[in-house]
Amino acid sequence: MFLWLVKRGLQAVGVIVVMTLLVFIGVNVIGDPTAILVPPEASAADRARLVASLQLDLPLWHQYLLFLKGFLGGNVGNSFVYNTSAIDVILQRMPATIELALAAYAMSIVIGIPLGLYCGLRENTLGARLVTGISVLGFSIPTFWIGIVFIILFAVDLGVLPSGGRGATVDVLGVPISLLTVDGLRHVLLPALTLALFKIAFMIRLVKAGVKDILPTQYITFARAKGLSPRRIVFVHILKNLMIPVVTISGMELGTLIAFSVVTETVFGWPGMGKLIVDSINMLDRPLIVAYLMIMTALFCVINIVVDISYALLDPRIRVAQ
Amino acid sequence: MSSDAILEVENLGIRLRDRQLVKNVSFSVGRNETLALVGESGSGKTLTSLSIMQLLPRALSVSSGRILFQGRNLLELPAREVRKISGNRVSMIFQEPMSTLNPVMTVGYQVREVLKAHSPMTNAEAEAQVVRMFERVRIPDARRRLNDYPHTFSGGMRQRIIIAAAIVCKPDLLIADEPTTALDITVQAQVLSLLRELQDEYGMSVLFITHDMGVVATIADRVVVMRSGEMVETAPVERIFRQPEHSYTQELIRSSSAFELDDRDAGDPAPGPFEPVLSVQGLTTRFDVKGGAWGGRIGQVHAVEDVSFTIGKGETLAIVGESGSGKSTTGRALLGLNRPNSGSILYKGRRVSRFDPDETRHLRTGIQMIFQDPFGSLNPRLRIRDAIAEPLLCRKLCSGKAEAYERAAFYLEQVGLDPAMGERYPHEFSGGQRQRISIAKSLSLQPDVIVADEAVSALDVTTKVRVIDLLKQIQETYNISMLFISHDISAVNRISHRIAVMYMGRVVEIGPRRAVLREPAHEYTRRLLSATLTTDTSKRGLAVDSAPRELVSPIHPVGYEPAPCRMREVGAGHFVLAEI
Repeated sequence: MFLWLVKRGLQAVGVIVVMTLLVFIGVNVIGDPTAILVPPEASAADRARLVASLQLDLPLWHQYLLFLKGFLGGNVGNSFVYNTSAIDVILQRMPATIELALAAYAMSIVIGIPLGLYCGLRENTLGARLVTGISVLGFSIPTFWIGIVFIILFAVDLGVLPSGGRGATVDVLGVPISLLTVDGLRHVLLPALTLALFKIAFMIRLVKAGVKDILPTQYITFARAKGLSPRRIVFVHILKNLMIPVVTISGMELGTLIAFSVVTETVFGWPGMGKLIVDSINMLDRPLIVAYLMIMTALFCVINIVVDISYALLDPRIRVAQ
Repeated sequence: MSSDAILEVENLGIRLRDRQLVKNVSFSVGRNETLALVGESGSGKTLTSLSIMQLLPRALSVSSGRILFQGRNLLELPAREVRKISGNRVSMIFQEPMSTLNPVMTVGYQVREVLKAHSPMTNAEAEAQVVRMFERVRIPDARRRLNDYPHTFSGGMRQRIIIAAAIVCKPDLLIADEPTTALDITVQAQVLSLLRELQDEYGMSVLFITHDMGVVATIADRVVVMRSGEMVETAPVERIFRQPEHSYTQELIRSSSAFELDDRDAGDPAPGPFEPVLSVQGLTTRFDVKGGAWGGRIGQVHAVEDVSFTIGKGETLAIVGESGSGKSTTGRALLGLNRPNSGSILYKGRRVSRFDPDETRHLRTGIQMIFQDPFGSLNPRLRIRDAIAEPLLCRKLCSGKAEAYERAAFYLEQVGLDPAMGERYPHEFSGGQRQRISIAKSLSLQPDVIVADEAVSALDVTTKVRVIDLLKQIQETYNISMLFISHDISAVNRISHRIAVMYMGRVVEIGPRRAVLREPAHEYTRRLLSATLTTDTSKRGLAVDSAPRELVSPIHPVGYEPAPCRMREVGAGHFVLAEI
C-alpha cells in the first residue's frame, strides 16, 4: 500500500511538471500583457521599463526556468493587477470557493442519494417517476438562470434569504470559514443549491442505476433468504456496494465543482476564485493564471488520489490488485 | 396432511403476466428426508423453490396453491413473519458460490448477521458460534479466515461458507438449488458428503434441486421430476431408477448414466489404421505471475507442462481434468490462441510451433474450435447464415455471397437445423441449437480436426446427449478427428476412443477409453472416477468428507525446472505418468 502511494505521488508530480510546461507555453501565447497594463500614451521608455521589470524581455526558456525556480519556492511572481504574490491572492479567495463546492457536494449527497435509493427501490410508483422526470430538469436548466430565479423568489419576493455575497466568517486555524455561522449558512444556501442541482440530478440517476444493478443479484436474494430486515438489506448490503461507483464518479465531480463554479459565483457575487480567474484572463494577468492552473492541477491530483484510496477501502477486491 | 411432513406444497401455480410458468405442482418433504426436485432448464424447479420463501422476482406471482410449513401457509404469511422463518427454520442455498456472497463484506460478518437477525446475542457470542460452524464445515484456519473477503476463497470453500450461513440457526428444512453444479467433480463429492453429514447431525430435511440424475441416485430418498412447469413423475428413489414410468424420466436417466454404455458400437479404438493427423510433443505453456513491489515476475503458473499426445484420423481423444488442469490451455495452443514456451505441434507432418501469422491461419482452417458458452460464442448482431458465411468469404473459399449462403444452408441441415432459420439472430435459438450452429460454422471450413472445449458442459442433460450424438455422426460422415475437452466423465464415455487425464498441467494417464475407465492406473484418475456419481442406486453412499483438498494451481517460483514427463506402459496403448 505504501509503495502504491509513493507511485501515485510520483505520478502526480509528473502531471504537475507537464502542466507547468503546458501552462507556461499556453499563457505566453495569449497575448501581450504590456498592451493592457500600459496606458496608450506612455512613452517607449516607460514601456521598456515595464517590460524589463516584468522580465518579459528575457528569452522564453529563461523565463520558464525562472518560473520553475519560483514555483518550487512557492512563488510564481506577483500578480500584474494586484501587485502582490499571485499565490497569495488565490489562497485568499480559495476558502470561499471550496466552501461553496463542499456545500454543494454535501447537498448532492444528502438529497441525491436518498432520492436515488427511493427511485431505484420503488421504481414504478408515481413518486419515483416524478422524481426521475424532474431530475432531467436538473441537467437541462442553465445555472445562471436558475440562480437568478432563486434570487428573485427567495431574496426579493419572499425576502427570507440574502441575495448575494458571503456571510460572516469564523477563523479556524487562520482560515476564514463561513459555514460555521448561521449568517454564513443563510448566504451559502442559494448558491450551493444552484450549483448542486446538476449534481443532485446526476446522483439520483447514478444511485438509481446502481440499485437496479444490485437488486437482482444473487447475494441480495441470499440476504433475503437469510431473513434479514429490508432496512438492513438496503442500508448495509446494497449501500456498501453502491458506494463504489458513486464515490468514484462523484469524487471526480468534486474537482470540477471547485474549478468551474464561475457562473454561480458571478450571479451571487460570491467572492471566490472563479470570478478571479475569468477577470485575470481578460486582464492577461499571467502570474495569476499560472498560479491558478497550478493550484487546480495539484488539487485535482490530490482529489484523485483520495478517490483511489477510498475506492480501495470500499472494495476489498481492489486492494489485492494493488 | 401427514403429521410427519415438514413441508407440503399443494397445487402450486406461478404466473408471469398471462403465462403460466408452473402449474399444479404438489409434493411434500418429510422429516429427515431428502427430496430431489429434478428437471432441466425451464422446468420450473427453481421458481418453485423460490416461491417457498417468497423470493420470487417482482414480475412473477403465485397464482394458486398453498405451501404449508409446519402447518402454516407460507404464501399467506405477512413478509415480517416469513422473515422470521427465513434463515432460521427454512434456509436456502444457491448455485453460484461466486455470486452468492456479498463481495464487500467479510465472510464472518455475513454468517454472523444471520445469527443476530434471529436471536439476540452479543457480537462475541455470535462470533464464537460462527467459528464453530466454520470448523464444522471444515474451513481451515477458521478463526483467522473470518475476517477475509469472499474473493480470497475458492468456489468449493465459498459454498461451504454459504452452507455455514444457511445452517447456523439449525433450520428444519434446507432448500439447496443446484449447489454443486458449478463445482468440480471431486469438490462436488466433498460438498455432497458434507451436506449428508450435517443433515444426519441436525435432523434436517433437504429439498435438493438438480438436473443431474447421478446426484439424485446418490443422495435422494424420494424424487419429483418436473418438465415445462409441470410434474411428470414422483416416486421413491429406488423405484424411479428401476422402473421409471414416464418416457421423460427414462430419457433423463439414460442421459445421466456415466458408465453404462458398454455396447457402444463406434468401437474402440477407431476403425481403420492409425494415421496421425495432429501430434503434440513436449508442449509447455507457462504464464507469468506478476507481483511484488514493482510488478515484476515473481513466479509462473505451469499451466501445461511437457504434454505429448497424438490424434489419429477419424478418432476422438478426450482430455479429462478439473479446473486448473491445463486442458483448455492445451486446446487453445493447438489453434495458436496462446504461445507455448516450448514443444512442438505437428499438423499433418508440418511443424507449426513458430506461430507466425501465415502458419496460424493455415492452422485455423484445418483445426476448428467449438467453445463452451453457447450464448457468448455467436455474435449477437449477425444473422446465423452470415455468421457461418463470414469465414468462408474472408478466406476466399467461396466465390461470392450466394455460394457462401448455399454452403451455410447445407451445413445447417447437416447439424439438424432447418436452413430457413439462417435468417434469424442467435438470441432466437436455445443453447443446444446455438451449439449446433457453432458446429456448423466449424464444419463449413472442412477441417481435419475439431477441438471441442467443454462444448456440451453448459447444456441440459438431454440436450447434451443429442449434441454428442451429432458430433459422433459428423465424425463418421466426414472422418474428422476430434479433441474433446471435458470434465464430465459421462460425456467423455459417450464420445471418445481414447482418453487422456490431465492434472496440474501434466498428462497423468492416457489410453483406450475402456482401459482408462475400467482399470485406472494413476491415483488421480482413480480419485476422479470414484467421485463421479453413478445412477446405480446400489452404490449409494459417499466417502466421508475428509479435509477438503483444494485444487491447487501449479505455481512455481521463477527458475524452477520441473522434471520431464516419463510415461510407463501398463497395457496395450495404455500409459501412465511414471512418478519420480
